[in-house]
Parts: sequence; structure tokens; C-alpha cells
Amino acid sequence: MTSKDRILARIRRAVPQPGPQAAPGPDADIPRDYLRVHGARTPQERVDLLAAHLAEYRARVHRTDEDGLPDLLGRLLADAATVQLPPDLGFGLPSHPSLAFVPDRAAQTPRELDRVDAVVTGCALAIAETGTIVLDGGPDQGRRRITLVPDHHVCLVRVPEQVVDSVPQALPLLDPGRPLTWISGPSATSDIELDRVEGVHGPRRLDVILVGARGPRPGPGTRPPETGSQ
Amino acid sequence: MTRTDLGMPAFPDAAREAVRDGVLRANLRHATHTIRDKRARAVAELEDWDRLRAAGKAVKDHTLRHLDRYLLQLEAAVTAAGGTVHWAVDADEANRIVTELVRATGEREVVKVKSMATQEIGLNEALEAAGITAYETDLAELIVQLGHDRPSHILVPAIHRNRAEIRDIFRAEMGRWGRPAPDPLGDDPRELAEAARLHLREKFLRAKVAVCGANFMVAETGTMVVFESEGNGRMCLTLPETLISVVGIEKVVPTFRDLEIFLQTLPRSSTAERMNPYTTMWTGLGPSRGADGDGPSAFHLVLLDNGRTDTLADETGRQALRCIRCSACLNVCPVYERAGGHAYGSVYPGPIGAVLSPQLRGTDSEIDASLPYASTLCGACYDVCPVAIDIPEILVHLRERVAQGGPVTRHGIRVRIRPAHGHTAERAAMRAARLLLDRPGALRAGERLLARARRLAPRRLPGPGAAWTDTRDLPSVPAEPFRDWWTRERGTPQ
Amino acid sequence: MRVALFVTCVTDALYPQTGIAVVRLLERLGVHVDFPAGQSCCGQPQYNTGYRHETEPLVRRTAAAFAGHAYVVTPSGSCAAMIREHYPRIGRKAEREGRGTELTEAARSLAPRVYELTEFLVDVLGVTDVGAYFPHTVTYHPSCHGLRGLGLGDRPRRLLAAVKGLDLVELPGAQECCGFGGTFAVKNPDVSAAMGTDKLTSAAGTGAEVLCGTDNSCLAHLDGLLRRADSPLRTLHLAEILAATEEEPLT
Repeated sequence: MTSKDRILARIRRAVPQPGPQAAPGPDADIPRDYLRVHGARTPQERVDLLAAHLAEYRARVHRTDEDGLPDLLGRLLADAATVQLPPDLGFGLPSHPSLAFVPDRAAQTPRELDRVDAVVTGCALAIAETGTIVLDGGPDQGRRRITLVPDHHVCLVRVPEQVVDSVPQALPLLDPGRPLTWISGPSATSDIELDRVEGVHGPRRLDVILVGARGPRPGPGTRPPETGSQ
Repeated sequence: MTRTDLGMPAFPDAAREAVRDGVLRANLRHATHTIRDKRARAVAELEDWDRLRAAGKAVKDHTLRHLDRYLLQLEAAVTAAGGTVHWAVDADEANRIVTELVRATGEREVVKVKSMATQEIGLNEALEAAGITAYETDLAELIVQLGHDRPSHILVPAIHRNRAEIRDIFRAEMGRWGRPAPDPLGDDPRELAEAARLHLREKFLRAKVAVCGANFMVAETGTMVVFESEGNGRMCLTLPETLISVVGIEKVVPTFRDLEIFLQTLPRSSTAERMNPYTTMWTGLGPSRGADGDGPSAFHLVLLDNGRTDTLADETGRQALRCIRCSACLNVCPVYERAGGHAYGSVYPGPIGAVLSPQLRGTDSEIDASLPYASTLCGACYDVCPVAIDIPEILVHLRERVAQGGPVTRHGIRVRIRPAHGHTAERAAMRAARLLLDRPGALRAGERLLARARRLAPRRLPGPGAAWTDTRDLPSVPAEPFRDWWTRERGTPQ
Repeated sequence: MRVALFVTCVTDALYPQTGIAVVRLLERLGVHVDFPAGQSCCGQPQYNTGYRHETEPLVRRTAAAFAGHAYVVTPSGSCAAMIREHYPRIGRKAEREGRGTELTEAARSLAPRVYELTEFLVDVLGVTDVGAYFPHTVTYHPSCHGLRGLGLGDRPRRLLAAVKGLDLVELPGAQECCGFGGTFAVKNPDVSAAMGTDKLTSAAGTGAEVLCGTDNSCLAHLDGLLRRADSPLRTLHLAEILAATEEEPLT
């Protein structure tokens, strides 16, 4: 008898077994009357809430549109000599003669990555109620380690279209087959006297840029995010 | 369970030492009150908290009822995504599996994400015996490991240490494990966190094997979920080539959607945040099956029983398997606050530990038989539990097991256990009390006798009564009991 | 209205003045009080220590003693919680052990008729001002079984706030357990005393003369610590404050 068989047999002895036709799915058993979203918001209010919650957990939040982005990035990366990039950021970059951009390559070792000063990525989506950005390894985000080892992460969020209200709204938009990283503020610890301190192993500096559409808003083609029912 | 805490003194003796340690009392009071108030605010933000709590409980109960089915579904999904699943009946088997997996890589060291399951089975000690060094990378676990100490809290294993003690440990010990602490080193938490960052970074960058647990496993998709704050988890989960997860079988949930409940309730209950800084979700080796250089190229999942199926067999006790290890119950527990985590003699301290350890390990040892009594049954733990575990109900149920004996399941076999040692006199007293209380005539005579002898009442009692009178006066005995007043004033009761 | 007083064993033997206060208070409010002689202990100490089988005769006895009464009033949150929460559990477990439904039926019949005193006053009689007079500074400790088990909420505080002359001051950390916990007080005496001492430090810090509660067992523990420490603070059951009037002050 394998350990697997033994464990399964113990489970079957421990709990009464349903009959052959009785195989209720979770839906019959689990009340899902909790809220899909906590409060009704306009797209603008949703973006504002995201900004407020990110800032509360010590991320630095900036707002610009695509035209203003290169300048803003230039200012935020002023201290950096090398900047890591995902395969396809999808946004324009500043052109500083002193700034060297490092492409995301499979062969890059953690040690090489440790010598990079900053990283700029997009995201899969952002959640206003919790102040969270989610990365799924898409072409504008790259491998997970590039947003981890460098000490400064600049994350671009297209607003309002990449912002959802809540966790229940976010999950259906994500593919669990992809590696997912949920980020809420910079690395932190509460391990010393349960006082929160920002900055341990992950990037100690997290800049989130809320990038609006170019020109007068709402621009053509701006898709409002789905508003979930309450 | 191989972890050898079982020579531990019973809870009351260990707690006595803690109560007398003023520094410890102050550390614990400060920490638990800080987090307790924050949690209350974070929970109050969600108007549907009670519904989320009910849903979380229902997900766990449903899963436990169909645990065999969901574990098989999980195994299939993880395997399909390029992972390998192993099953371990007990701690020894789990340790053996992990040791062999590490040996097969040829490595002599592993980095670890904080994991209750690996502490429970004593994995670090087992690896050490095989010549493999395990480096804890969570800040609190690092403090515990460097301090040759034992964890005393589920979320914050070094909660019993204050900043000055931590600085001293870092200064004295970091150099022996790798990069020494910066010199000079102050006791500002920021400075201490920076010292940990520098010390551990070299280990992260060279590590080839990582060991972790998981907060949740999704049966439907094979997705593993780890909640953390510091980024040490991300380092371990993404940089090394081989990743080994040791996870209790009760951590499975049916669907990816079910995470929407726990992603809301776990952070608010544990660190009292809307969301913890980092949550990592991965499914096997990812879309490229490990070929894209994003994360490990080998993933092993070790599913751990180690007393969980025995716990599942108990109708009252099985609700403890809903636990998502948030530690909210520790932070509100007045007994934990005074006794500290070490007094519980287990990696699971506090109220949840008092119901989990005697079920996972049995009630044979002195410490395990004393744990169900390590509570006033005040109910604060049940109130804050995000999966509504009625801890007081299980405590009373386990007290019965200790005091009266009864049916239990051990290693999958249903047996009848005898009462624990040391309860003979108590049992006799309870029986005598019941005989008296069940005969109002005798009770009344007893009360009168007490009233008549009231001037003789001693200030301090001998024997077990001394436990009361060492610190407290006895109530003064009235001249007549209520019954006699009633009879005198109103005539004989009906 | 007619009620049966469930005085509880602790109050009967050690705190008769609380029982007398309940009788005077209820009678002042026009309620007829009976005292069924068959009553004894609810069985809580046995049950909570792990002796469920020793509890069963007391479940039967208590249910039988109050069989004929529509309202059973008790000045103890923890004894009321024992009957309401645990009697049904004891019944269910006996059924599972193949011993029939007798205890379940006893529990089902009794539990809904049992009221903790402040519940009875506020919910059944619909009063918060009971016409009491007590010219002292008072702080209130809500015992755990009343607070979390029964959900007494602010009923005791509303009753106290309506007492003439009474200055009610908030107890910091009021919701924290006092450390009594039945046999916990003797099985874990060090932690128990530490909790009680912290509770009394908070109470003393309010400047109150009286620490008031709704459970004499918790008060026995706190009073024992106070008297050992020679503190000027004193403990009182809420019923005794509510029974006091200008004509008949508390002595």
C-alpha cells in the first residue's frame, strides 16, 4: 500500500462518503452572498482610491499621460545607471545618454540582475480596494525576478482601463496558469515588535505611474473597466 | 511528530516562568495589542466581513468533506503543469522525501520560506542530520534560527524578542552563518531589517534549492499560493532551480475563485493589512514547463498528513483543520499574552495550538494533556477567527478526552483511550460534587455546615486549594445561604 | 408576570445578597418571583473541566426544576450560557452515543426560557431605568460568557447609566477576560492571577469605587485578589446596585 493509498483510505474512513450519484459541487455548499465590490465608484474615483491605498502602503504614486511619461520616467530614474526592461514595455522611454537599458534574458544570472539599479514594467491589472498591482509575466512585465532583485521598481498602470475595484473582480481576469505576483506597496516586515517597516528583500522603492490616455480624457478607445454588480 | 518538544513541562509550569519574566510580558503585551487594534480597524472596513467569514468556513468544510477527491484533482493538475507530487503519511516520511530530493540535486544547502508545516515536522533538523544546511529567510525565522531559539508565534515567530535583543543576536551570530552584521549596528527596526537584507542576499543569489510551504493549493488548477511581506518568499520561489513545497493536506481549496474569499480575509486577520505586500501564485512549472527561465525548472509538492486524517475523523475536532494560520487568535488571547508562545510546547502556540497540537500529536504527553486547559474559554479567539473555528468548543471536547478518555483515531485506527494520568483525584472530586449537587437536601446541609464553620475558614488552603489562596483570598462565607433566607422570608420553596 | 429565579450554586452558597437583590428588584418591578427548591448547579464546572457525563444528571435536574415556568431568570451570564449553548450540545453528544433524545429534549425545552437578568429586564420587561439609586462611581466589567456567549451587548451599561446618582466610568480593555475561567483559576493559577491583576489595575485607574459585574464567579476571583492586596476598590454584582434605592440603600 502506498502512502497515497493510505492517506486516501484514512480520509474516506474519517468522513462519511457520499453515494455514487451524490457528488455536490462547491456551489451548492458555499454561500457567496459576500459583496463583489465595496461601494459604487466612477472610473475616476476607482483610480483615486487605488492611488490612495498604494500611497498608504508607502508606494509613490505619480500621474501622467503617454506624452508626459518619458519625462517623468527620466526624473524617477535619475539616480539609476542601469535599468532593466521587460521584452516589450509598450511605452516610450526617456533617452538619457547616461542611462543603460538591460533586456530581460533567460541567461541573465541573479548576480547580474543584482547589479541593475531599477526596473520599469507594466502590469496585468490593479485593484483599487486593496491597493494592489498584479503581474502575470506578460511581455510588458518580463520574468518575475526582474521586479524582485533590483532595488527600485517603476510600475506603469494604464488608467482607468487596467483598474478594477475589488479582489473578486480581479480573479476572473487572471490566468492561473501564468505565474502571478500580487504587489501591495514595497517590501515590508512587521517582524520586529509588530511595527511595520518598509523595505526588506524586495524592491525598497516602488513607484507606480498611473498613465492616462493621450490628449483630452476620456479619449476615444478608452474602455471603461467592467463594473461589477454589488 | 518528530519535533522533540515533547519532553516539555506542562503548560502551567512553563507559563509560570513566562508570567514572571517582565521583559517577555512587556514585549508580548506591546506586540499583541498593536496588532489587535490594527486588525479590528482592517476588519471593520469590510461591511460583508461576516459573510466572507461564513463563506471561508463553508469552503473549508466542503473541501474537508470531499478531501480525497480534491487531493486527487490537485495531484492531476500539478502533474499536468510539470510538477511532481509526493505523499507523506507522517513527519519522518516527509523529511525523508525532502532530504532525498535535495540530495539528488547535489546541493548541500537550501533556502527556506517560512512554513509551519516544515517546522511541525522538524525538517531543518532532519536536513542537518543529512549534512544539508537550511537557511531560514523570513526575518523573524532568521532571528529565531540565529538566536538558537524556538518560534513563539505563528506569524511573528520572534514576537518574544524586542529590538535590543534582536540587535544583540545579529551582532553575535550573523558572522557564523555568513555575512556579519554591519558594525556599528543600532536597534532601529529599519537598521535591523537592512542587516537581514545584506546577510541573506548572498544566500538568495547563490541558492539552487528552496523549500517552502503554501497558504493555499487550488485543486482545479494546481495553483500554489504563498502570502508574504518581505520578498524573501519571492526570492526563494523564483530564483532557485528546484522548488520543494511541503504542505498539509488541509490546505487545498476547490477552485481558483475560492481565493477571492481568503485574499480578503487572511491579510486583514494576520498582518491587519488590506493586502500583504507580496502574494505569489504559481502552477507547476508555468506555461513553458520551466523552459523560459522564469522560476524553477523542477517543482515538487509533498502532501503531508502527519495526524491530519486522525483529526478529520473527529466530528468536533475536525473544524481545527479549517485554520488558515492567520494567528488572529493568538493576538487576542489573554492567556497567550501572559504565557507566551513557548509555554505551548509546539510550533502551534496560542488558542489554535491548544486545539491543534493535542489532535495532531495525541494527548499522551504531559504538555499535550495540559493544552486543552490553557484557556479561560473566554471566546475572544472564536470571535476573530476568519473561518469561524469554535475553539472553546474544541477545547472542552479535548478536555473530555483528557479527563474521561474515549474514542479517538490514531494513525488511521479507531481506538478507545483511557483518561490521562493525574486526573484520578479530580475525577473523584467531580463525582463527589455531582452527587452532592444532585441532592438538594445534601447540598443544603453542606451549605449550612459551611456557614456554621465560617469563622474557622482559613486564609490559605492546603493541597490543590493553595492554587487559589496563594494569590487570592477566599470569599467570606455568609451567615446563611440564599436558600435559608428564602425559607425564612417566604416559607419553604415549592 | 411570574418568573422562577435560578439563583445558581455560587450565589446561593457564597453571595446570598445577590439573590436577595434580584428578588427585591424584580418584585419592585411588579414581578412575582418563585424559587423552585429542586434547583442546584447547572453543571458548568464539571462540563468545562471535561466531565460531561457527570454533568448530565444536573442537566436533567435543572430542566425538571424549572419545567413549569415560562421565564427562568438568573443573575449569571455564564450559567445562562451553559444552559443555552452547552445543554443542546450535551444532548446531541448523548444521542450520538446511542443514549436517546431525553437530554436533547430537556435542553430544547429549557434553553429558550432562560434569561440572564439584564436580558430579562431590557428585553422582556422593556425597562432600562429600574428606579435605582446608587451615589457612587462605578466601572463595569462584562464577563466573557455574557459578552460573547449571550451577546448581552450594552444592556448592563444601559441599566447602570439609568441609575440615579451613579457615575459610570469606562473600563479600559473591558472586553478582556478577568482570568477566572472556572477551574482555569486553579489549574493555571499564575496566568489567572496575572490576568486578574491587570484587570484590577485598569479598574483602579478609572478612579471608580466599585467594580461591577454580572457574574459572581468572576467577581469572587477579582474580589479575592483585591482583598489580598488591601485595595479600597470593591466588587459588586450588578443586581445589588439595581436593587438599591433612596429608601433602601445598599448597606
